Amino acid sequence: MLNEDAVLDLEATARQLRVEILKMLNSARSGHTGGSLSAIDVMTVLYFHQMRHDPSNPRWEDRDRFVLSKGHAAPALYACLAEAGYFSRDDLKTLRRLGSHLQGHPDMNKTPGVDVCTGSLGQGLSQAVGLAMALRLSGKSSRVYTLLGDGEVQEGQVWEAAMAAAHFKLDNLCAILDMNGLQIDGEVAKVMNVGPLGPKFLGFNWHVLEVDGHDIQAIARALDDAERTEGQPTMIIARTIKGKGVPFFEHKASYHGVPPSDEELSQALEHLGHS
Amino acid sequence: MTMCCFRGFAFTNYESRITNYGFFMSEMIATRDAYGKALVELGRENSRVVALDADLSGSTKTAMFGKEFPERFFNAGIAEANMVGMAAGLAAGGMIPFASTFAVFAAGRAFEQIRQSLAYPKLNVKVVATHGGITVGEDGGSHQSVEDLAIMRALPNMTVLCPADGPETAAAIRAAAAYHGPVYIRLGRSKVPVVFEGGCDFAIGRGATLRDGSDLTFITTGLMTAQALDAAKILEEGNVSARVVHLGSIKPLDVDLVLKAARETGAVVTAEEHSVVGGLGGAVCEVLSEGYPVPVERVGLRDVFGQSGTAEELLAHYGLTAGHLVEAAERVLQKKK
Repeated sequence: MLNEDAVLDLEATARQLRVEILKMLNSARSGHTGGSLSAIDVMTVLYFHQMRHDPSNPRWEDRDRFVLSKGHAAPALYACLAEAGYFSRDDLKTLRRLGSHLQGHPDMNKTPGVDVCTGSLGQGLSQAVGLAMALRLSGKSSRVYTLLGDGEVQEGQVWEAAMAAAHFKLDNLCAILDMNGLQIDGEVAKVMNVGPLGPKFLGFNWHVLEVDGHDIQAIARALDDAERTEGQPTMIIARTIKGKGVPFFEHKASYHGVPPSDEELSQALEHLGHS
Repeated sequence: MTMCCFRGFAFTNYESRITNYGFFMSEMIATRDAYGKALVELGRENSRVVALDADLSGSTKTAMFGKEFPERFFNAGIAEANMVGMAAGLAAGGMIPFASTFAVFAAGRAFEQIRQSLAYPKLNVKVVATHGGITVGEDGGSHQSVEDLAIMRALPNMTVLCPADGPETAAAIRAAAAYHGPVYIRLGRSKVPVVFEGGCDFAIGRGATLRDGSDLTFITTGLMTAQALDAAKILEEGNVSARVVHLGSIKPLDVDLVLKAARETGAVVTAEEHSVVGGLGGAVCEVLSEGYPVPVERVGLRDVFGQSGTAEELLAHYGLTAGHLVEAAERVLQKKK
């Protein structure tokens, strides 16, 4: 349970990270806006409240791991890592540029703080399962967190991994599903309805929670609940809004893979109280 | 030697021997059996060695590891994509995973997972694919991988090994474990003759000259190396001196050894239990065409899938016997003239 000040602090951090995401995407002139903004509240709680990690020692063996399975939300991850101090905030301007350590999708060999390479959808949960097995074999109490998209779970490999996580009773694994309801081609329910997701993961023997993915306190409580859960992996289904925080981006599939223009950026920053 | 003499010999004496696989060798070991034993040994030496399988552990022989180290063995069930992804995660967490299934499923079904989750991040995973090539036999073309070497060789960061026999398999598994990075190792189902009788001093990227010769060179991999040694003996009786260079490491390729063979013998016959497209033959031709062009004959499947049959029948049907290698040698010597 977070106290009121902690919630306010995290909300302020999330707001600041939205600003960073929009600025870096505008500077890069390409990249994924909607899904970065929908995921950032969950990632803020992970990076600035929940996870054990040490920005001065990115390869610390006892750290918790984070797998951004929906790798196109890389701007959200980079914003968190810069804010935490893994690298300079100035680096964010180099997103997607030739020679930058900030690749279009997360790269463990280039970016300090990135634990695995992701980007091809549907593969992150398997990697998270493997990491959770490795940590358990090594006798570590570290936990593995992974963030998936709701379009992403149309990939069959996700369900192979879901089956394995429950089979191996990986209670050191917590997945969060950023359920913003949209994918590039439109509504998830219309493109290929993969729901209802809660019952599906329940059916795969996961511990399943559902929260408002923009409610800092609710996210923190769900992560606590996951940590207390024994003998099962936990799936937190986070109901989110694509483009959250910038009214003219919200609920729009068209901003899945489009960065804000200069004008949109200045309007967006105004909305976020950052002009 | 004269071509006339050679031709006369070739068409009168060798045909009775060509179906007699491993004619000159006695001991037969399946490379997958050698793998199973080697993996258990590695497991005893290093607690970070783990194994994964996709419901074929009895066939790939990882079950031997699973029996001795149940806590370090993970059966993914019939889910190869997830098996590769889990192996990636285990490697990212500091383990040395060996992930096994049939070659057709490893390089085929799980290709994109191998690309994105292993090769791109250069993770320390060993994909040990058994049942490569047509000697899978009766299961037929759906289960016979004739393209895996080409697919795996095209991946940046990937090391590709294809041992000739049991002893080399054991050495290659050990070398792969000692190397940090992704490795694809192709093994077979059937028992094959032992080529490296006195043991094998294997190194990634290094080939072995198993027999010296001056008229042409057989450059071979996997079980075709034993066939090439047989062919060289047959050719010797016709006064043709054939060198045999075995490349257990398809990538990196022993470029110096290949170029040396071309310079010194002036003609090359490649042979592999694989399509002639993109595998060993392709790799050798790339090296020779850029570095020292000489006549080449590629022995392998001629861009076709396999079919059901016994291993020996299939090798004969698709032209992968010592006798066919003798014929290929004759063709390449014609081109050399």
